[in-house]
Amino acid sequence: MPPDTVMQTVNLTDSPDRTFTNRITEESGQNLSLCYQCGNCTASCPYSFGFDIPVSQIMRLLQTGQKEPVLTSSSIWLCASCTSCTTRCPNNIDVAKVMDVLRHEARRQGFAKERRVKAFFDSFLDSVRRHGRVFEMGLMVNYIRKTGRFWTDLELGPKMLPKGKLAFKPHQIQGKEAIARIFERFEKEGF
Amino acid sequence: MTKHAYAYYPGCSGQGTSMEYERSTRAVCEALGIQLDEIPDWSCCGSTPAHAFDHTLSAALSGRNLGLAAKQGHDCVLTPCPSCLTNLKTAGKHISGDENFRDKVNRLLDEPLGTIPETKSVLQVLFEDLGPDWISEKVKRPLTGLKVVTYYGCILTRPPGLMEFDSEENPISMDMLMRAAGAEVLPYPLKTECCGASHGVARKDLVMRLSGRLLDMADSLGAQAVVTACPLCQMNLDLRQSQVNSANSAHYKLPIFYYTQLLGWAFGLPDASLGLDKLCVDPGPALRSIAANEDAA
Repeated sequence: MPPDTVMQTVNLTDSPDRTFTNRITEESGQNLSLCYQCGNCTASCPYSFGFDIPVSQIMRLLQTGQKEPVLTSSSIWLCASCTSCTTRCPNNIDVAKVMDVLRHEARRQGFAKERRVKAFFDSFLDSVRRHGRVFEMGLMVNYIRKTGRFWTDLELGPKMLPKGKLAFKPHQIQGKEAIARIFERFEKEGF
Repeated sequence: MTKHAYAYYPGCSGQGTSMEYERSTRAVCEALGIQLDEIPDWSCCGSTPAHAFDHTLSAALSGRNLGLAAKQGHDCVLTPCPSCLTNLKTAGKHISGDENFRDKVNRLLDEPLGTIPETKSVLQVLFEDLGPDWISEKVKRPLTGLKVVTYYGCILTRPPGLMEFDSEENPISMDMLMRAAGAEVLPYPLKTECCGASHGVARKDLVMRLSGRLLDMADSLGAQAVVTACPLCQMNLDLRQSQVNSANSAHYKLPIFYYTQLLGWAFGLPDASLGLDKLCVDPGPALRSIAANEDAA
């Protein structure tokens, strides 16, 4: 069977960036050097078939300071946070948390290989910021606006609308200003 | 039996795409004498998009709700949704265990956090505090002969150090509750495999493959229904089942129940309180087969 995706080869001795390794280590609170490439995470990962770099190789690239290949990978955006990797790591590395931190770093540095995944996450957070709770219909409209993919899940509307499962108006909560303030303070603090 | 009271965090999808989970959870808890005090003015936990964005922001979004629950006077929050559960638990543990992190989170909130309540899933309370024997005593209309597989999804029991509930590799809580309600639970080797999670919108192709595999396995085992405890899993398998069918040239017609819907049905609760009409794949044939099995017995 042909592979689902073409995996790339990376030269591990190319321009190692120690500050990158240190930063991810510090932010995730995980000791990356404990990874000895057993491959348990990759074998457990339900998304391995769609990853351009398998999760165990992401760990190896992190150890060798290969910032660019890691932050420009699809894998870090496709990780579904299912925590199979974390659960099965024999060295107790919270691999899913490392993947989370890589998404944070990729954002800061302006990388997002999977633009649609990022657009979905962004639309979700916009919705929380604006209404305090997620407004599903608004989230979809926002996502479609961001991506131009107006046909996304169009066929599901007729299944949901008659059941009253898609509200046309957001739920108003008193605390929506409090939520907006959380986002504003976050931007000001610049964590 | 004394009435147990908990703070209750319904989660956003309970007001929309998983309204039948919300409705049946409330109905089942009421029938079992569990009092759910909804957290007043609760807000979104941020789900995966928040923790994929920033951990302090994510903890603040969950933290606000934990603070409101503490104000309510509760030391335990219940939620039906595994994604909310993970976020509330992660935030609670991190804030309680790390002063620096607590300070960072407090800088984002209107009011600083005090004692943080613990968080449990509704399933955990039904299984651990009440137990299958108590559940079976409530059954008026057993699910006789209904063959189901239980699908827990990824994060209800994982990672074990965080969730501290059931088994991370072979969970059995829903199996036991379904058996207590009279159903036949088939061994399902994909109990905790991922359905594709929230990528259904952005990368439907990937979800079609993962959810397709779950449906295929359930169907080939001869299951008449899949039982879930997660709004996202249920949506991928039920609402998207027609998409899975066209993507994989398949013809599944598997109803995907929330475990609370089947428990409520077995308790003889009115259909309207279980939201069975909200399911996309018709649950009628599966439910009618229970009645037929009873007649034959």
